[in-house]
Amino acid sequence: MNYFPDEVLEHVFDFITSHKDRNSVSLVCKSWYKIERYSRQRVFIGNCYSISPERLIARFPGLKSLTLKGKPHFADFNLVPHDWGGFVYPWIKALAKSPIGLEELRLKRMVVSDESLELLSKSFVNFKSLVLVSCEGFTTDGLAAIAANCRFLRELDLQENEVDDHRGHWLSCFPESCTSLISLNFACLRGEVNLGALERLVSRSPNLKSLRLNRAVPLDTLQKLLMRAPQLVDLGIGSYVHDPFSEVYNKLKIAIQRCKSIRSLSGFLEVAPHCMSAIYPICGNLTFLNLSYAPGLHGNKLMKLIQHCRKLQRLWILDCIGDKGLGVVALTCKELQELRVFPSDPFGAGNAAVTEEGLVLVSAGCPKLNSLLYFCQQMTNAALITVAKNCPNFIRFRLCILDPIKPDPVTSQPLDEGFGAIVQSCKGLKRLSLSGLLTDQVFLYIGMYAEQLEMLSIAFAADSDKGMLYVLNGCKKLRKLEIRDCPFGDAALLEDVGKYETMRSLWMSSCEVTLGGCKSVAEKMPSLNVEIIGESEQMEFNLDDKQKVDKMYLYRTLVGHRKDAPEYVSIL
Amino acid sequence: MSPLLLGVEEEGQSRVSSPSVECISQNGLGIREWNYLGLSDFCSVDSSGVPDDNGNNLNLKATELRLGLPGSQSPERETEHCFLNSGKLDEKTLFPLLPSKDGICSSSQKSVVTGNKRGFSEVKGTIYTEKKWMGHGAVPDSQSLQPVSHGKYSVAQASVKKDGPANLIQEQPCTSNGTKVNRTDISNNSSAPTANRAQVVGWPPIRSFRTKTLTTSSKNNDEVDGKPGPGTLFVKVSMDGAPYLRKVDLRMYSTYQELSSALEKMFSCFTLGQCGAHGTPGKESLSESKLKDLLHGSEYVLTYEDKDGDWMLVGDVPWEMFIETCRRLKIMKSADAIGLGK
Repeated sequence: MNYFPDEVLEHVFDFITSHKDRNSVSLVCKSWYKIERYSRQRVFIGNCYSISPERLIARFPGLKSLTLKGKPHFADFNLVPHDWGGFVYPWIKALAKSPIGLEELRLKRMVVSDESLELLSKSFVNFKSLVLVSCEGFTTDGLAAIAANCRFLRELDLQENEVDDHRGHWLSCFPESCTSLISLNFACLRGEVNLGALERLVSRSPNLKSLRLNRAVPLDTLQKLLMRAPQLVDLGIGSYVHDPFSEVYNKLKIAIQRCKSIRSLSGFLEVAPHCMSAIYPICGNLTFLNLSYAPGLHGNKLMKLIQHCRKLQRLWILDCIGDKGLGVVALTCKELQELRVFPSDPFGAGNAAVTEEGLVLVSAGCPKLNSLLYFCQQMTNAALITVAKNCPNFIRFRLCILDPIKPDPVTSQPLDEGFGAIVQSCKGLKRLSLSGLLTDQVFLYIGMYAEQLEMLSIAFAADSDKGMLYVLNGCKKLRKLEIRDCPFGDAALLEDVGKYETMRSLWMSSCEVTLGGCKSVAEKMPSLNVEIIGESEQMEFNLDDKQKVDKMYLYRTLVGHRKDAPEYVSIL
Repeated sequence: MSPLLLGVEEEGQSRVSSPSVECISQNGLGIREWNYLGLSDFCSVDSSGVPDDNGNNLNLKATELRLGLPGSQSPERETEHCFLNSGKLDEKTLFPLLPSKDGICSSSQKSVVTGNKRGFSEVKGTIYTEKKWMGHGAVPDSQSLQPVSHGKYSVAQASVKKDGPANLIQEQPCTSNGTKVNRTDISNNSSAPTANRAQVVGWPPIRSFRTKTLTTSSKNNDEVDGKPGPGTLFVKVSMDGAPYLRKVDLRMYSTYQELSSALEKMFSCFTLGQCGAHGTPGKESLSESKLKDLLHGSEYVLTYEDKDGDWMLVGDVPWEMFIETCRRLKIMKSADAIGLGK
């Protein structure tokens, strides 16, 4: 190490891009730590409360790209009250005051105000890329500020955010001089957009590779946009409704055929199934197809579409595809790596839902399958065992049976053996979500076999503390554990509190842990924040230690208790 | 015989308040809206089946078989609530926010939240009960509940089967309290979840953005232009002389005959009323053949409004084409139907 001047080492480190590796590099010795921190440009912070903006800025003066995640995962399912936290403003404010030249900001499950967006847009001259996933708190006015002020903006990517839409004018805020756009995704916006402004924007963006439109963009505009941007690689269609015998539709067919680079297709938020044949010419090149917001597309039309997609690697679909449709996928998409099947009718007993049969078919037909999210009506042990045999390469396996404690319908047994087979066979499994009727046994299997497991989601499972203990003892690489409605109590929680420091976070809701137990953890581990989350409207009352805690969220942190917690969150 | 579902606006799916309002208003009319297993005549329903105060509520709860999913009130949990919530609990039980016919204890929000933990022995117990019923397979029409797809008014198969015996007595095959207790709505309105999977907060684990988006789009499809939503196609059915409309899911049927029988059952009480008025002495149950005569005979015809807004006679086009174009149904008196493309 002493033989190389710093600049050389820095150059070597440039080739090390993974966060994990860079973190490891920084731990080798003081001199490497120093070189690494000055050369680091991209930082990922999985829990925004684990560190403060000031410390981030102090350590990485060369920071260009920051990724931040806020609320715990279960916030996606309304288990976290509204203003729990995850505010990005303090980060932007601190960064704005510092000499840091931020260029990219990627946020997930954070609260983003218009004020933050405006401050962001005005503080960083070279700001290039804003990616917001599952965030909330802003309106299209904030987007207007970004459009207007970020002169070199390349990427504006909004995925599944709750945006208060003040209608159309934000797109017009992109100045004529803005020609740098590479990626524009506003599919999640619910309001109208200025179509003329959109067309002009696309016309003057020769580097535009990714364009995802919202529902308000009609087919004839789509056709014009495609004519102007045949170089697109990723397309999200908003509204796809038109008369198949019209002039516009013919023009669309021609326009689509010119787009030979499209590899990723999504949207179809409104769809006329009989117009799908225009898409066929590009289907053969697709590697990613996301029809999970297109309930209007099902049955034969859907299957015909899929039959054209021979090179598909990732497919996101609604369960109205049915087992039969999944059979078509299995026959056609031999390169498939990732499959997500979402429920089209989550609260009903939909007659188009998928069962274990569809999954088995896909596993048999698509040996490269490594990532799964599957909402289904039912699952059997036999099916899971078969899937495990067919696809030993799973990295992510997330199964959600709509009835959360449903046993194997054939044998009436719990699904322990099935999931056991999965963890035993898939040695590289990093993420697992369980559902169905499950006893402690499945956790024994997980503890024994899931050596690479980093994230585990459990709901309505187990018989006793043993379940949780098996997992905590066995899964050495566990980083995130989220549990709801399981009979795990203080004994399990307190068995090995040191373990929580090796993890990012632990969520337990509707379990058997008591306030006393949580206090105990907080006392023993000052490096953890143990939050007890109440209800937004709950009144203050004295909780006795034996009281069972409804929601507990604990996470490791270097900066102690956060100051922005609302009244109903108590940090022990 | 496929059961008919009360259609409820899908916009209510992710909001607790609107479905409960609907339930209450329907209750107000004294109609047993869940009687779509056809287990008894509509109008001869014993109104005592509808608990209107909390006393009944708790009794029903005691007898009810449940999966024991979050919200089931195991005794210890309730005491704790009382401890914690003193004022709140009392208030909520006195003013149930949903018709408590199903024995929903619409106790405080707290119970929704902290009552989520069910006794696990309870769960096991109920699972085995479920098994028993599955073995018998004799619960009438439980199979036919399978294709039911509308969110709020459908139920997990498991809980249907379990509710078997209770059903026959109480005539409540499905929980119509299938409101998702959405966190964001807890402040507006809380209904304590029962054994219905739709009741469980945060389950299935789907991003609320997705739920809202799909709900909006299927509502648009259903209501606005009659395009089929994912697996359901609800259309309004009106009948001349009937005080209120019904909704049917056309996807539940595959032939005109099935639809016709379903409508007969649904509207039988109105024709019964007609019979009464015409002097047929107080017959409580008309045989099906007589009903058919009424509907198929000269009394009524079934018509529909198509995509173009024209009223057409049902039965001319192939079924598949019919459901693609049908927007509403109307049971008209034959006299009024003269001139409809016969």
